Amino acid sequence: MEWETVIGLEIHAQLATKSKIFSSASTAYGAEPNTQACAVDLGLPGVLPVVNTEVIHMAAKFGLATNSTVAKRSVFDRKNYFYPDLPKGYQISQLELPIVHDGKLDIELEDGTKKTIGITRAHLEEDAGKSLHEDFHGMTGIDLNRAGTPLLEIVSEPDIRSAKEAVAYMKKIHSLVQYLEICDGNMAEGSFRCDANVSVRPKGQEAFGTRAEIKNINSFRFVERAINHEVERQIDVIEGGGKVVQETRLYDADKDETRSMRSKEEANDYRYFPDPDLLPVIIDDAYIENARKALPELPDARRQRFINELGISDYDAGILTASRELANFYETVVSDTSDAKLAANWVIGDFSARLNKEDLAISQSPVSAETLAGMLKRIEDNTISGKIAKEVFDAMWKGEGDADSVIENKGLKQITDDSAIETMIDEIIANSPNQLEQYRAGKDKLFGYFVGQVMKVSQGKANPAQVNDILKKKLNG
Amino acid sequence: MYHTKTLAELSAMLEAGEVTSVELTQSFLDRIKQFDGELNSFVTVTEELALAQAKAADKARASGKAGPLTGIPIAHKDIFCTEGVKTSCGSKMLDNFISPYSATVVEKMRDAGVVMLGKTNMDEFAMGSSNETSFYGPVKNPWNTQAVPGGSSGGSAASVAARLAPASTGTDTGGSIRQPASLCGITGLKPTYGRISRYGMIAFASSLDQAGPMAQSAEDCALLLNAMAGFDSRDSTSMERDVDDYSASLNNSIEGLKIGLPKEYFSEGLDAGVAKQVDDAIAQYRAMGAEIIDISLPNTHLAVPVYYVVAPAECSSNLSRFDGVRFGYRCEDPKDLEDLYKRSRGEGFGAEVKRRIMVGAYALSAGYYDAYYLKSQKLRRLISEDFSKAFEQVDVIMGPTAPSTAFNIGEKTDDPVSMYLSDIYTIAVNLAGLPGMSVPAGFSNNMPVGLQIIGNYFEESRLLNVAHQYQQKTDWHKQIPEAFV
Repeated sequence: MEWETVIGLEIHAQLATKSKIFSSASTAYGAEPNTQACAVDLGLPGVLPVVNTEVIHMAAKFGLATNSTVAKRSVFDRKNYFYPDLPKGYQISQLELPIVHDGKLDIELEDGTKKTIGITRAHLEEDAGKSLHEDFHGMTGIDLNRAGTPLLEIVSEPDIRSAKEAVAYMKKIHSLVQYLEICDGNMAEGSFRCDANVSVRPKGQEAFGTRAEIKNINSFRFVERAINHEVERQIDVIEGGGKVVQETRLYDADKDETRSMRSKEEANDYRYFPDPDLLPVIIDDAYIENARKALPELPDARRQRFINELGISDYDAGILTASRELANFYETVVSDTSDAKLAANWVIGDFSARLNKEDLAISQSPVSAETLAGMLKRIEDNTISGKIAKEVFDAMWKGEGDADSVIENKGLKQITDDSAIETMIDEIIANSPNQLEQYRAGKDKLFGYFVGQVMKVSQGKANPAQVNDILKKKLNG
Repeated sequence: MYHTKTLAELSAMLEAGEVTSVELTQSFLDRIKQFDGELNSFVTVTEELALAQAKAADKARASGKAGPLTGIPIAHKDIFCTEGVKTSCGSKMLDNFISPYSATVVEKMRDAGVVMLGKTNMDEFAMGSSNETSFYGPVKNPWNTQAVPGGSSGGSAASVAARLAPASTGTDTGGSIRQPASLCGITGLKPTYGRISRYGMIAFASSLDQAGPMAQSAEDCALLLNAMAGFDSRDSTSMERDVDDYSASLNNSIEGLKIGLPKEYFSEGLDAGVAKQVDDAIAQYRAMGAEIIDISLPNTHLAVPVYYVVAPAECSSNLSRFDGVRFGYRCEDPKDLEDLYKRSRGEGFGAEVKRRIMVGAYALSAGYYDAYYLKSQKLRRLISEDFSKAFEQVDVIMGPTAPSTAFNIGEKTDDPVSMYLSDIYTIAVNLAGLPGMSVPAGFSNNMPVGLQIIGNYFEESRLLNVAHQYQQKTDWHKQIPEAFV
C-alpha cells in the first residue's frame, strides 16, 4: 500500500528579550545555576507576574510577517501540572486566545517545488527551569535560570507531507525569526527547537491517522531523521496488523530511533484557566501599525530585490537570503564592488564553504565583508585571476592581511603585459616540438597542455584570457 | 493609657511630643505579653524589630521628618511577606518560611514610619470564617473568649478589639476583613479590587483578594488607607489611578445621602438581634438627613455558590507552588518525587485548605470546566450588574455585615456549609470588586454587631465619610471589652 505522511510542527522560539517574560531577571544563557532567578522566577509566596511588553511587540511582528491575524485581545492562561523545575506548579501560557493566529508561510524545497504551510497559531508562554540529574548522587538538582524565559510557540497546520518539507518549513521559520530579530536561532543552546506531530494514512484517504508527538528536537538533521524513522515505525506497526497509539515519543539521536515517553491515557489534565494575576493583553490598530513599521525587509521580498536590482539568479538569491546575516554580508560586499554575480559566487562558494568547514558563524569569520570586497575588486580590475584569488582568500583567512598586502607580499600580481606573456609562450613552444606537431595534426586537447605550461612558468600569474588569445595565435601559426 | 486612644489621637500625641514611639511601642508590646497568651491573636511578635523601628521613628520625628503615621505601632496579618521575619500564612506549610522580601503594603507602611509589632494569626491561607483553621490554634474573641473572632483576619480583628495594637492590616477575599471586624466590634475596610497592591500578599484567590485596614474608627482607617493605597508596577491588577486623601472628606455632610437597603440582605437567616441593631443604625442615618431607599440585588443568592467555585479554583492553582521543593514544609525521607509531593502537601496543609484545593481542581478539570468555572464567571457578571444598577439609584448600600454575632469555637467546624454562610452578605462585594466596610453598630446579647456599607468603585472616600459621620453620633466603636480595659 502507498502511504501518505501528515506532519504538523510546534516550534518553540525563545524570544530575544533581555529580561524574562514575567520578571526583570536576565535571560542570558550559561550563568551559574540559579543566579538568574529572582523571587518571581522562584515562585515565592506572594509574588506576581508582570508581562514584559517587549514580547507582545515581538509576537506582533511575527504575526505580521506570516500574514497572520494579530489578536487585539489575547489572554494568558495557567497550565497546571507539578514538576520540580516548574516553580509555581503551573506554566503561564495562552490557550483559548493566543496573540497570533491563522497565518501562512511559503516554503521551497531543494528541488524548487513551492508550497504554502498554514500557521494555526503562535502563542506566548514561559519556559520551565532545568532538572539536573548528574552530580547529585541519586538526587535531582534544579536550575531555575531558564524559568520564565519567553517563548513563542508556533503551531503549524497539518499541511506538511514529508520530512523534507518539515525541514524546509522549520528552516524558513528559523530564518524569519532571525530576520525579525526576535530570536537568536541558536539551536545548540535550545533557543529554537520543535515538537513534531506525525501520522500516516493510506494515500487518498481523507481522515488523519493516529498521531504521535516527537518532543524536543533541536536540529534540522534530527527533525528529518526523527520523522523518517517515525513514519517507518508507524507503517510497520499498521502493516503488521497493529494500531498506532496516540502518545508522546522522544527522539534518541544516538540510536536514531524514537521511543515512547507517555501515552495519552497517562496524560495530564492541565486544568487550564485564565491567569487572574494578568490582565488580558489589549492592543489597537495603531499598535499593530507601529509593529508593521518596525518590520525589516523580509526574506522573500529581499530575494526578489536581489534578482531585480542586482541581476543574480533566483537560485543564488534564495541561498543568499536564507539567513539575514548572510544577506547582510552579501549586500555589504556588493555595495563595494561592481560585479554582483562574482560577489554571489564567492559568498555562496568559497566563503560559505570555509565557514561550514570550520563551523563558524558569519560574525566569527576572519574575513569581513569589506575585506572580501577588496579582493573582488582586484579580480574585477584584473590585478589577479580567479584562480590566484583562491590563494589570496586563503591568506586573508589566515590573517595575513587584506588582498592588496597579500598580493604585494606574495608577488601574486597578474602578468598582463602581452610581450612578457609572448616571451614565455615562445619559449614553451620551442621546448615542446612533439606536442606542437600533434596539436597541429588535430589533437586539440593539447591546447590545455600549453595553457598549463604557461601557468606553471608564470606561477599562475599570467592573465588567463591573454594567455588564451596569444597561445591560439602562436599555435595556429 | 495609650491603648484607649485611637490611632488618630496617638498620632496627635506623637506630634505634640506627649509620647515617644518607643514608649508607645513598649506599652503595646507589654499588653501583648499580658493578654495574648489567652487571645492567641499573634503568630509572631517582633519585639526587637519594633523597638528598633520605634527608635528610628523618634529620630525621624526629631529631625522634622515625620508624617501622621510615623512611630505608630500596628500589626500585620501573617499573610503579608515581611523580609527576615517568619511569614506563615497560618499554615504548617510555611511554619519555617522566613520571607526574603517584603510585601508592597509592608514596604509602604514602613516608608510611612509605621512600627511593626508582629504578625497576626489567621485562618490557614485565609481560608475560613472563624480563625479555627489556623495551624497556630484558634484566636479568641475578646468580647467572649468562648467565641470565635471571625476570619480569616481573626488575629488582626481580635488584636485591635483588645487594644493590643491600635490597628492592623487585613485581607478580604470573601469577607475576611469585614466579618471579623463585625464579630469583634471594630472598623474594617475592604477597598476596591486593585486599589492596594497584592504584591507580597500570599495569594488565596487572586481575582478576589484585597488588602485593607482594620482599626478602631473610620478616621483611623482613612489614615492607614492613605499609606496603603496606590498603583504598584509589580501588580498588574493594581489600578493606575490617583489616590484620594481619604482623611480630607471625613467631615463632609451626608445630608441627602441616598442609602439603598437590599431586601435580600434582610431576609431569612438574619439573626433578629443583628437585624435590630442594623435597623437602629439606619434610623440614625435617617435622622442625619439620609434618604433610605429599598432596592433589590436579585442575584444575591448566587454569590455563595459562585464564590465557592471561583475561589477554590484559583486557590487550587495558587497553592501548587507549595510542593516541598524550594521552601516551606517538606516531608521526612521522601522515597521519590510523587511521595515528596503527596506527603509534603498532605502533611503541610490542613483540612479546609485541602477541601478547597480538591473542590477547585474538580471545577477546573476537563469536562467540568464549562459547567462550573465558566458558568460561575458568567454568574459573577450578573452579580456585578446587580450592583451597577443599584448604584444608578443610590450612593451607598447598607445592611448587616454578618447574619449573626460571633458563634462559639467549635460550633461550626463540622459543618462547612454553615460556616460558608457566615459570609453570605460579604462575598458578593468581592465578586463585584467593590469597596465595603464594617462599622460597629451596637450589641446583641453582649456581642458586637457590624453594619456593612458598600460603595461604588473607588468610592472609599465616600464610605469613610459615611462611616465617620455615624461614628460622630455613636460610640459603639469606642467600646472596649471589659477584660481588656
